[in-house]
Amino acid sequence: MTDVAGAATSAPATDVLLDVNNVEVIYDEVILVLRGLSLQARRGSLVALLGANGAGKSTTLKSIMGLLPSEDGEISEGHISFDGQEITEFDPAQIVKSGISLVMEGRRVFEHLTVHENLVAAAYTRWREGTAGDDMRLVYEYFPRLEERSNQVAGYLSGGEQQMLAMGRALMQQPKLLMLDEPSLGLAPLLVREIFDIIVRLHRDLGTTILLVEQNAHLALEIADHGYIMENGRIVLEGPARELAENPDVQEFYLGMSESGERKSYRDVKHYKRRKRWL
Amino acid sequence: MSTFIQLTVNGLANGAILALAALGFVLIFKATGVVNFAQGEFLLIGAYIVWAGVVTLGLHWVVAVLLGVAVAVVMGIVIERSVLRPMVGESAIAVIMVTIGLSAVLRSLVQGIWGTTLRRMPEIVPETSVSLLGAPFPVNRLWAIGIALVALGGFALFFRKSHYGVAMRAVADDQQAAMVMGISVRRIFAMSWALAAVSAVFGGTLVAIMIGVSIEVATFGLLVFAVVIVGGLDSIPGALLGGLIIGLTRQYVGGYIDPGLGEVIPYIVLVLVLLVKPYGLFGEVRIERV
Repeated sequence: MTDVAGAATSAPATDVLLDVNNVEVIYDEVILVLRGLSLQARRGSLVALLGANGAGKSTTLKSIMGLLPSEDGEISEGHISFDGQEITEFDPAQIVKSGISLVMEGRRVFEHLTVHENLVAAAYTRWREGTAGDDMRLVYEYFPRLEERSNQVAGYLSGGEQQMLAMGRALMQQPKLLMLDEPSLGLAPLLVREIFDIIVRLHRDLGTTILLVEQNAHLALEIADHGYIMENGRIVLEGPARELAENPDVQEFYLGMSESGERKSYRDVKHYKRRKRWL
Repeated sequence: MSTFIQLTVNGLANGAILALAALGFVLIFKATGVVNFAQGEFLLIGAYIVWAGVVTLGLHWVVAVLLGVAVAVVMGIVIERSVLRPMVGESAIAVIMVTIGLSAVLRSLVQGIWGTTLRRMPEIVPETSVSLLGAPFPVNRLWAIGIALVALGGFALFFRKSHYGVAMRAVADDQQAAMVMGISVRRIFAMSWALAAVSAVFGGTLVAIMIGVSIEVATFGLLVFAVVIVGGLDSIPGALLGGLIIGLTRQYVGGYIDPGLGEVIPYIVLVLVLLVKPYGLFGEVRIERV
């Protein structure tokens, strides 16, 4: 495990698919949300980005995706490169074309479109290639339940099905890097399991690099190779997922366990958090 | 009986044309959230371009309509770029003021170029009358109904089957999510304005066939607001139904009771519908899962 300062240089440059370098993000020209954030995802890895509410995890994904201008935010400093190409100034359409897909927090399916039409909309940038039919078969292979409901309006799907549709849309774009923002949000534990199993399968079968943002640190560290922990707009800790899961600080703060290995009540954790922070 | 048939055919023709005109309005509102008060002027410009193509340039009417479509596409894109895009993020009322200003500019432009005299649309469709169940009525009304329905059907197919149409509906549903899909929202906005202007070429030409080419075409276009509010601002089926309701009641009331009342009745219907369904007959109901 490395400390922040010395992070990120160990991997050879060609092996790094996504490189976020010292990025600073400002909203409304005054609110500093990311303060010099750096993280990397190696080709073919599954990276977890963890942190408390408001740490800046979603903002990180949005800045990679080029969505900040639509929310009055901007990258005021730093660079993002993907697959050897600088993408800091790209708009979302260019970013999708270069091979990054995002599954947004809260699923964000097109409620008034059918399942099939949602997938068609997702194939927008690749329509001319004429591969939409094959891509759709692949999506239905991973999510058979979507095929059963392909002519249903997406707004009436269950939460789990909507999450599957959101992931299916991203899959339609055949991404090199798939970013998932809180895929477990608001889902029953069994469904969360199912969704995570599919994430693992996508990662393994298709070799897709995955950047996973999660509140559920337990689950995320279980499937990830590498983890980053965010607080107040910067990375405070990083390392191989297994080591992070065993780190006593991480156990205290994110896995809700005391030093003896028992789960503490949430109130104790909160109390403790108020006293001790990394920064 | 013959009066009834005549009024019905007239009402259906008016209604179908209104629906076509309203479609353009709904398109812009759905995709971009802008209330376009210049939709009536779009009809006006469509009618004048086709008229000028046939009369001034001596083109065949099919070519003239194609010319109208081309002009409409350019006009729609230019207006979106130069007038609406700078307004992104401004308050709804500011955007409304801008489209009202736009309507005044377009209207003056038409009057400046072609003056205010009433002109006859050349005979694009047969002007003869046929008698049906003993009632004579002009064939061009039937043509108007047919053309409007074909155009509406074409747009409906576009929205369901073409990936551009699906993308437009996706943008209307959730703009940011559409951006994440790689859909260029700017291009979709430009496309919405262009399509709205194109639908107005057909609508405006059909109106002009019935009432002649003059500023009155835009006045007829005012009825579009009654149509879309009755049908629901963001509903395409609503535009169709709203068009038929307004078209028919206007004819029936005007024909059987009083022509003056016929002019007012659309707005009375409007108020009645709003009392019962504040979002219009087909206005968007937010989907709530239980």
